[in-house]
Amino acid sequence: MPETAKDATAPAAAGRGIGRGPGRLLLSLYGVFTVAALSRAIVQISMQFDQAPLAYLLSLLAGVVYAVITVALWRGGESARKVALVSCALELAGVLTVGTLTLVDSGAFPDQTVWSDYGMGYLFLPVVVPVTGLLWLRRPARPQQAPGS
Amino acid sequence: MLDALTIAVSATALLLASWCGFAAFRDQPTKDWHFIGMALVAVLALVQLVIGVVKLTGGEKPVDGTTIFVAYLIGAACTVPAAGFMSLTERTRWGSAIVAAGGVILAVLEVRLHDIWGGISA
Repeated sequence: MPETAKDATAPAAAGRGIGRGPGRLLLSLYGVFTVAALSRAIVQISMQFDQAPLAYLLSLLAGVVYAVITVALWRGGESARKVALVSCALELAGVLTVGTLTLVDSGAFPDQTVWSDYGMGYLFLPVVVPVTGLLWLRRPARPQQAPGS
Repeated sequence: MLDALTIAVSATALLLASWCGFAAFRDQPTKDWHFIGMALVAVLALVQLVIGVVKLTGGEKPVDGTTIFVAYLIGAACTVPAAGFMSLTERTRWGSAIVAAGGVILAVLEVRLHDIWGGISA
């Protein structure tokens, strides 16, 4: 892996370790989610965009967020961890907002999104996985060092 | 024929999931036998893809549309090989957990496939 020399000085488990062990399982799940959400959004936007533009754009957004997390977990490193952490928070906010909206005002979403009903159509994984991700990514790679930016 | 395959793929996928889930539980990485199991499930999913496409060319139409049907067929065929590849890059219990997750995902895909095709026996 051609990461920077800065990472080489870090403990082996730190930083890049976000994509190892349990992180590898998360990485795999996010990979599946990325493919699922993006392909679904692309099919819907290209074939029936007028039916539910908001729902389809949300699916596309979800797919992009999933893609960012997948790449961040794959690359590893401290900055990737932060990107993944922010994306997981965004994802959780998205699934909670859309999930609540679909229950309260189902008229706003004529068609399903990945995040409808808290991801019920996907075994609730859209709400379980970001929580797991946040817990997994919470620990900083090098706690003794303050964040640079 | 498609229905029988769908059931076969779902059942073997769930078996694979519990087998590899057990390995993960016992803190073991995936071993050769697991990969033979994955190959079996993957071949079944591949046969399903071929038969699904043959049925489409024969003029039959899935209820929810051809594009989505083919997309799910391809997704189902790719799931277990992808999980197997990921478990090769993670030689710990988590590699086994990845394959277990892949098996469950494939079973869910099969349920969806059944709905997309129309739920009628062929």
